Amino acid sequence: MAHRVLIPTALRPFTRMQAAVEVEGPSLGELLQALVRAYPELRPHLYADDGRLRSYVNVYVNEDDFRALQREETPLAPGDVVSLVPAIAGGMR
Amino acid sequence: MIVLADGVLTALRMHAEKAYPEECCGILLGTLQDDTRLVIEARALDNTSPEPRRRRYWIGPEEYRAAESAANSRGWQLLGFYHSHPDHPARPSAYDLAHALPWHSYVILGVEGGRAGEWTAWVLAADRSRFEPEAQREEARWRIEC
Repeated sequence: MAHRVLIPTALRPFTRMQAAVEVEGPSLGELLQALVRAYPELRPHLYADDGRLRSYVNVYVNEDDFRALQREETPLAPGDVVSLVPAIAGGMR
Repeated sequence: MIVLADGVLTALRMHAEKAYPEECCGILLGTLQDDTRLVIEARALDNTSPEPRRRRYWIGPEEYRAAESAANSRGWQLLGFYHSHPDHPARPSAYDLAHALPWHSYVILGVEGGRAGEWTAWVLAADRSRFEPEAQREEARWRIEC
């Protein structure tokens, strides 16, 4: 079952400038893994070296933050749309 | 190259000085032509960092999404972000690097004793190992013509 994944501006250079791609996955975690297999250059920007999603990566299933769901274990239903939305953090030290 | 349209740098400096001694932050909207990013509008955002705002800034996902929508509605791009370094050089920190997004421009303003000074612009290297300086220019042409 393919789901629509919305790609933020920052990551579009790694999805051939597509703002949305179709990826299959029965759960959110499997969908994200399928996404980085399809677009390998995304991986270092989505995942840290320890394999966890980077802290600035926010994932929504429809309008729901995946942290309020079952995180990567969240099952996906037909028609669910997944959005990747970064947060921006920084500072001088 | 990143080019700040006339008035943008003034807006950034005013925001940085108003926020002092805390860091300010905001978004940069404009157009992309070949390798030139023309910043037409800077939008100041509240620094909502839960950490000390004298050394941290935070722009949440809702703001990122709103910024993309604002850019799209005008046929522009969300080109990047700016923030200030109060009493600290306008150079990206290790913390900046660890949290940086690819592709976007990061503009940093130094603020010394409440007065905005140097500005610099940076883009994350493809391998995330460092920031690369971005050629920068303030576009004063419109001011001269007026």
